[in-house]
Formats: sequence, structure tokens, C-alpha cells
Amino acid sequence: MSVVITEPNDQEHHEHDHHDHKPSGITRWLYTTNHKDIGTMYLVFALIMFFIGGTMAMVIRLELFQPGMQFVEPHFFNQMTTVHGLIMVFGAVMPAFTGLANWMIPMMIGAPDMALPRMNNWSFWILPFAFLILLLSLFMPGGGPSFGWTFYAPLSTTYSGDSTALFVFSVHIMGISSIMGAINVIVTIWNMRAPGMTWMKMPLFVWTWFITAFLLIMVMPVLAGVVTMVLTDKYFGTSFFDAAGGGDPVLFQHIFWFFGHPEVYIMILPAFGIVSAIIPTFARKKLFGYASMVYATASIAILSFLVWAHHMFTTGMPVFATLFFMYATMLIAVPTGVKVFNWVATMWRGAMTFEVPMMFALAFIVLFTIGGFSGLMLAITPADFQYHDTYFVVAHFHYVLVTGAIFSIVAAVYYWLPKWTGNMYDETLGQWHFWCSLISVNLLFFPMHFVGLAGMPRRIPDYALQFADFNAFISIGGFLFGLSQLIFVWVLIKCARGGVKATDQVWEGAEGLEWEVPSPAPYHTFETPPVIK
Amino acid sequence: MAQNKPLIGKLILVTLAMFGFGFALVPLYDVFCDLTGINGKTAAVAATGDNAIVDTSREITIEFLARPNKDMPWVFKPEVHSMKVHPGEIHIMNYLAENPTGQMIVGQAVPSVSPGQAALYFNKIECFCFSQQQLAGGKDMLMPLQFYVDPALPAQFNTITLNYTLYDVTQAWADQQPLQDNIGE
Amino acid sequence: MAKTRSIRWSLPTLLLAASANTAAMPLNMTKGVTEISQEVYSLHMLIFWICCVIGAVVFGIMFVSILLHRKSRGVQPAQFHESTKIEILWTAIPVVILIGMAIPASKTLIAMDDTSAADVTVQITGSQWKWHYKYLGSDLEYFSVLATPREQITNRFEKGENYLLEVDRPLVIPTGQKIRFLMTSDDVIHSWWVPAFAVKKDANPGFINEAWTRVDEPGVYRGQCAELCGKDHAYMPIVVIAKSPDDYAAWKTAEETRIAEAKAAEQELLAMNMDMSELMANGERTYIAYCAACHQPNGAGLPGIFPALAGSDLILNDKTAHIDIVLNGKSGTAMQAFGRQLSLKELASVLTYTRNAWGNDTGDAVQAADVFKVQQGEGE
Repeated sequence: MSVVITEPNDQEHHEHDHHDHKPSGITRWLYTTNHKDIGTMYLVFALIMFFIGGTMAMVIRLELFQPGMQFVEPHFFNQMTTVHGLIMVFGAVMPAFTGLANWMIPMMIGAPDMALPRMNNWSFWILPFAFLILLLSLFMPGGGPSFGWTFYAPLSTTYSGDSTALFVFSVHIMGISSIMGAINVIVTIWNMRAPGMTWMKMPLFVWTWFITAFLLIMVMPVLAGVVTMVLTDKYFGTSFFDAAGGGDPVLFQHIFWFFGHPEVYIMILPAFGIVSAIIPTFARKKLFGYASMVYATASIAILSFLVWAHHMFTTGMPVFATLFFMYATMLIAVPTGVKVFNWVATMWRGAMTFEVPMMFALAFIVLFTIGGFSGLMLAITPADFQYHDTYFVVAHFHYVLVTGAIFSIVAAVYYWLPKWTGNMYDETLGQWHFWCSLISVNLLFFPMHFVGLAGMPRRIPDYALQFADFNAFISIGGFLFGLSQLIFVWVLIKCARGGVKATDQVWEGAEGLEWEVPSPAPYHTFETPPVIK
Repeated sequence: MAQNKPLIGKLILVTLAMFGFGFALVPLYDVFCDLTGINGKTAAVAATGDNAIVDTSREITIEFLARPNKDMPWVFKPEVHSMKVHPGEIHIMNYLAENPTGQMIVGQAVPSVSPGQAALYFNKIECFCFSQQQLAGGKDMLMPLQFYVDPALPAQFNTITLNYTLYDVTQAWADQQPLQDNIGE
Repeated sequence: MAKTRSIRWSLPTLLLAASANTAAMPLNMTKGVTEISQEVYSLHMLIFWICCVIGAVVFGIMFVSILLHRKSRGVQPAQFHESTKIEILWTAIPVVILIGMAIPASKTLIAMDDTSAADVTVQITGSQWKWHYKYLGSDLEYFSVLATPREQITNRFEKGENYLLEVDRPLVIPTGQKIRFLMTSDDVIHSWWVPAFAVKKDANPGFINEAWTRVDEPGVYRGQCAELCGKDHAYMPIVVIAKSPDDYAAWKTAEETRIAEAKAAEQELLAMNMDMSELMANGERTYIAYCAACHQPNGAGLPGIFPALAGSDLILNDKTAHIDIVLNGKSGTAMQAFGRQLSLKELASVLTYTRNAWGNDTGDAVQAADVFKVQQGEGE
């Protein structure tokens, strides 16, 4: 791909500056419609949420360090697991991806900004209020939501506390924010690609986000629907999920997982895009099988609508339905496998170097694949009867979400940080961050497989004595992983304040429009579209 | 920017349609259950037993379970625990209900059949579960169920378990009758 | 306690994953004691080894590449970036492997869905936070509640061997016979799980779910509720004792006799007056077992979720209403109708206890006859 950037002439430049200059102080952030500012805010917000959700995980691990109740009450423990899940999914992982999309998509497709900048501002600024509501609900009499992030009815309807109303309201706001963000991404990619940026020339990060955005607008409204039903069941006398009024609690799970399973892919498809950007750069070799990567992403997205009931094998479905969902789920392994094979083939006979982004991307491939393997095991229905709702499942989805989604986000931050700040991050500290995270995350999550196979159910604050040693071990891993993330904050602050100046290309093997603009990226880029030949 | 508008319109339409789809899943699920017998839901309307041919070569065991839910004070029992029937034969089975409290209570029985797929072949001509049942304090009554098993019941099923969970719906009943004097209370 | 502390700080012990006061945790799924559970185990191991082989190949190639194809070795990057042949190949091979997995998985699944007639049917009802077992075709039914003392949970006593996995009255089943379980629930969704049988089935309120097992070896098998069901989800274990058919029959007869005798004794009780200290002592025991999970051992409740009993308006001012709510529950809340769960003696004791503990000094002694009167709808 060769790029010609036409420098805007001075007069044009002046005009633009005039009507959209960079204000200072708090109003810059409150009123900004600039995709880079909004991207930064999303990323900072996600980091703060990551630490709040992480603190809750530390409370959970502290209580589980030993059998017996030591630090918190079971009811508070349930609030911690619930809010930890909600914050990490909706507050950390999703906003972090949206932040990366805001920063990078316009720069990758040669657009001056997102297509709908004012909506962009809104979709960010309603988010802090959603989480403020959720967090404040923890201080209500009776506490916050305590029914798990999956809020199964009737635990979340007839048997929940009054914080449920706040929970529903908060989820509605999160949903609206995500939907607005997704519409923005689709319109931007559809209409604002630079001349010559054809569909099959788009970087994979753009492709994966494009598909993710479609998943978002299709399933977030379903989530909004199901929380609304929970609200009306609890307060307005409907009986969607109440058998006494002709409803069915299992219906809740069908609707929830119709949202929930695509949601899982919403949190992993952009990660595939990130890894597909980083591996070629540090292998100094073009991505292997670009077209098959695009098709694999699309097929995963389509399949994700047909597998929801694999979360519900124990609810008592007839055999034919169980078989259908088992086969469909197993089928997802095929396109996912294609992706992993393509990454390995990209590395094959490249000329690799191992800077921090590459290290996180390599760890992603191995550890995400381990999560994929346990996912395949969970798909096998008869075996799932033994795995379901145990720590085996907890291990599985943390491999996919922590060493998958979060590792990819961290890799992306290291990868693009020099472009954002104009400074190189501290490589030594970054390597420390990587190795500490890698070791501790495996101490934390790997033993959970064994604990689950031995029969420890998830979401319990207290357990039988046989699980004691492993849980103490897991907790230590958890504390170490939590501490390791402080190194990350240190690296980020250090890099924002200064350091070795980054070149425009930053990485020797980096290709793409974002590396054509100066480092740090100016406030306005590509006001005149580049021409891609 | 004008070129964005049609696209945004379409995307918002998709969003709204999917919001509607979430709610449409509720009736769709019921239709799906009726077709496949997921969850052992039986039909909520009466069947006619006119044209069924009795198949005397097969015998099916029907088990009757009755359970008042934990906050429902009625005594609620089937007359017999189980009976053997030929497919196509029409039978009547009585359930005994007794309200030991001092107040009128309205009950709603919710049927569930196991195995789930057999629910499709369990037909009720008359059932107390079709409507809410009122019972004054200290009174008892017999509640009839008239049913037959469809002769098309697949061969692998030889036992059908019918469970009724009885719920106290007095509150919901009272909410729906604002004009009526609440006689029992 | 001293022993637990030694676990806490000795890392080498942790690494060895074994210690003095805990049985070593198995590192793999249990093979269980039924034909189905053995099949599930083999299936689990088959998929596990297939995943290991695929992992070894893929990661092996990846690590070779990391070792050989690094810039520091002075290599030049190759230029290839696609190959239709190889891409078709690595789409097709996984499909074949998956079909190989799907065949045994489907077979086991179909074997699990056996609707043939059962020898014994047990109806299992979950409620917050206990299990109820009812033997179909018999009057035998009872609740099964966690037996671990509170003091062990709050670390005041040393924890016993079966900490959190022990109940007051286990489910008893005969060996070598097909046992059918019909699961349902009184409130939220629970899930009845005994790993040794490979049976895990959700108990959905208002619906029944079916599962079955055939246990060949007599023994004690333990499990837990597997679906989050609220505050005390960790505290509703399952214990199943499998006995030989003869022992089972003997046990069942003894239980049925005991139930009949208890019913007869209940009638006698109506004529008797128990003294206050007896009522209070019995009442405290019953309160801790059935009421304290929600209303708390000190009667303070949990603000916003479970009302306080200490200083409660209803208790202090309306005795009949108090008896009524304990007997009949309160619709739309977690308050159950205990009239069916507890004996008259237990009801009278727990009512007396709650009317006199924690500064609720009403001075009333509630007798079995008082409870019986309200039960018959003859409130004051």
C-alpha cells in the first residue's frame, strides 16, 4: 500500500484552526468533539474502572484465601462478584476498545475525525454517570446488585433488593452509550474512508471493529429489553419470568444469552484486530491470509448468534436442541483456529524483535488459545454437566478475557503509545510489567482449572477444606497480578511526561496510515484525505 | 455529512428492531415451546377429545405431583399418586384443595410435564389450571382435571409425570378487581 | 486454628498442594461411580488429550519460529503472505477432528436421555437455602439442611473433615436400581449437582426437570448447589447415601414408622404445656437452623432485604399475626410457610423464642395448642 499525503495549504489550515481550535482546561474535555480527546478519555476511564473492578477482585480473593468467613459477609461477597463482573465487562474492556477505536480508526482509514463527533462526546460522557449510579448502589440499605453479572431471574426480580432499579437504569445508560459508539464506528468506516481505501485494503483492526459494531447494535438492544423486563417484573406486576403468572424463568436465560454470547465476541474480535496489527509489524512480514482473517471474523460473528444456549445445557433442554447447540459451538473452533494458524504463519520466516507490544501479543496467542481449548471442552455437553458453574468455567473465561482481551488492550496501548504521546515508553519497565503480569496471571488462573475439575462451584464465599491450598495459592497469584498493574500505570505516567522522542514510523516494520502522520499525532489529522493507490 | 443520514437512519432502525425482537422472543419462545415441548409446558387451552382412537395395546403410567409453593398455605393433593391409562382414553382426576387459613385465597396452578417432549401429547379437556381458583378460609374443594394421552405419543415414553405448582395470586387478583368489594378480606 | 495458620504461611506446602489437615485435592475430574460418569470422564480425557496434541503442535511451531526467525540472528523476512492450499488444509483438518469429538459426545448425551421406567423416583425441591426430598408413592419426605456449625464457619471452632459438605438428613438411595430425580424449586433457580453421578440439573421454580442415575457402589457421595441462589448459596450442600437394596428398604420402613409416630405424638402435645425454659432452648436451636440465615442470629435482619425481628412491631403487638406469618409465610417475599416444614413443637418453640429473645420481652409462652388454633383458622 503506498500513500500520498497532500499537505494542506496554509490558508485551509488557518480556517480549520479558527472554527475548531483546541480549548484548554476542563471545558476542553467536557465539550470536545475531537476523536483523539474522546479516545483518551475512554482509555483513562477504562483504566480507572479496571482498577476499581480489580479492587473488588482483590476483596474476593482475600475472602477466598482461607476457608471460613474472615473479612466480608456472604451477601457483600455476592455484590463484589456481581459488580466486579459488570465493571470489567462494561466499564473496562468495552470502553477500552471504544477508546482505541476512537483514536485509531479515523487515522487508519485517513479520515479527519469520527463521522458523528457530537454524538461521540455524548456517548462518552453518559458513561461515568452509569458507573457512578452502579457504584453508589453499593451504599444503599440492602446493598448493591448481588445476583451475579448474569442477573438470572427470579433472583434478580422477586428476590432482589431495591438497588435493582438502579442497576437496570445503569445498564440502560451503558447500552445507549455502546450503541451510539457503534453507530459512529459504522458510519465512519462506511462513509469516511480516504479515496482508494477499499474494503479489502482496510487494516484488520478496522475490519474487526466494523463487525463488532454490528454485533453491538444487534445485541445491546436485546440487553436493554431484558433488563426492562426484569424491571417490570419486579415493580410493575408483569410476569415474563414468573411461573405464577404464566412466565418462565428459563426464558430469561434464553434472552440474556442471546445477548450474552455475541457480547463475548464483542470483547474479543477487536483483540484479534490488534494482534493482527502487531504481529506483522514485529515480524517485519505481511499478515498471512488477510482475506481469510476477514472471512473468519465474519463467520465467528454470524455463528455467535446460533450458540447462546450452550450456557444453558443444565436447564433441561430436549436432546435435539442440546445437540444443535453443541455442534454449532464446536464449529466456532474452525474460524478461530484459522486465525491462530494465520498468526503463526505470519511469524514463520519473519525477522522478529520482541518489544513489549510483541511480547503481549505472543502471550495473547498462547493464552487465548488455552482459553479456546477449555472452551471447546465446555462445548462437549456431557462433560459440560461436570464443568458447568465450577471454577473450570471461571478459569476459561478469565483466560479469554484477561489474557485475551485485556492483554490485547495492553499490547495496543504499548504499540500506539509513542504515536499518542510522541515519546517512547520505558522499555525496561515495560518488560518488567510484561513478565510480572505473565507469571502472576498464570499463577492466578491456571490452578482454577484444577479446582473446578475437583468440584468447587463458582460464586461461593466459602468452600470445603480440600480446596484450601489451591485457593490460597490462587489468591497470592491474584494479589501479585494486581500489584503488577501498578507498573503499567508508572510506565504510562512516565511516557506521558517525556522520554526518548518517537519517530513518525515508531516501529521499523510498521505499515499503515497512522504511521505516516507525525508523532505525537497532531490534534487534527487528514483534514485533506490522503490518496491510497 | 448529508450522506450519513440515510445510513444512520437504517442503523437506528436496526437498533429499534432488535429492541423489539428482544420482546418478540417472549411469544416466539412460547410458540417454539408449543412446537417442540421444551420445558414441559402444556397447552393453556382446552383440547377436544372427540376424535381420539383408544389404543388398548399400550399402557402409559401417569404420575401426579402437586406442590403448593412455599408461601402458599393451601393443602393441595392429588387423589391418587399415579394411574395407568391407554392412549386415547379420557380420564378424570381430582385434586383436593383445602384452605386452612382464615382468609379467602386465590390460587393459580402451573402445570409442568416431564419428559418435556411428552407434554405435546398430554391433552387436557378440562382443567382447574386454566383459570384462577378462589377458596374461602377454612373451606375445601375438589378440583377436576379431564385429560387423555394422544395415541401418537412416541414409543420411548412410558411414564409421564404431571406436576402442578400452586401459587398464591391473591394480591394480583385483588389488583385486577378494583371495583369489586373484596368479600373475603 | 494452629493448623490453618501453618497452611497460610508455608509456601513450600502450598507448592506441594498437600497439607496436614486437608485431604489432598484430586487434580482431575472424578471418574464417579456410575456408568454415565465413567463415560463422561473418558470423554473429558479424550478432548483434553486432543487439545494437548493440537496445542503442542501449534505452540511448538510458534516457539521454533520465535527461536529461529529473529532479527538478532540476521535473518531477512520472507515475502509470502498467502497460500490457498494450506488455508483450505487447516480449515479442513479441524473439521475432521471436531467430527471425531462430536460422535462419542453425541452417543453419551443420548445415553443420558433415557426415559425408561425407574425403580425409585425422588422429587427434589430447592429453596433458599436447603433441599427437600420426597419419595414418590410414599409419605416419606424431609428437608436436608447444612449441618456444619456456625462456629466453624466463623472460625471459632476448628473445621471438621466434611466442612460445608455435611447435612442433617442425607438423601438415601438403593444401589443397582434406576433412580429418577424430578427437580423443582420453591423460589429462585438452584442446581442439584453430585459430581460422582455426573448429574447436574437446574431446579427451576414452577417447572420440573428430570435426571436419573444408577449407582453400583454403596457409599456416601457429596455435592453442592451449583447455581447462584442468593446469600447462602455456599451453604446448601447435598449428601447422598447409597445403600444396598435391603438396607435401603429397612431404612425406609424405619423412617416411615418414625414419621407416623411423630404425627401421633403431635396430637398428644396439644394437651400439654411445655415450660418456658424448654421452649426457649428448643426455640433457639430451631431459630438458628431455619431462621438465622435471613433474620440473622441476633434478630437484627439485614436492612433493606430481611426485616429485623428484634423490636418488630408485628411481634410485639400482634401475636396472632406473628403465628400466622410463621405458619403461612408472606406472599411475594422470601418468607416461607413454615407450617409445613416444622412440627408443632418446633413452631411453638421458635415462636416463643422470637417473642422473648433480644429484648422482645413479651413474656408469652406460645404452646402447641395456640399454633394449632391459628392453623385451623381460629385466631383470636
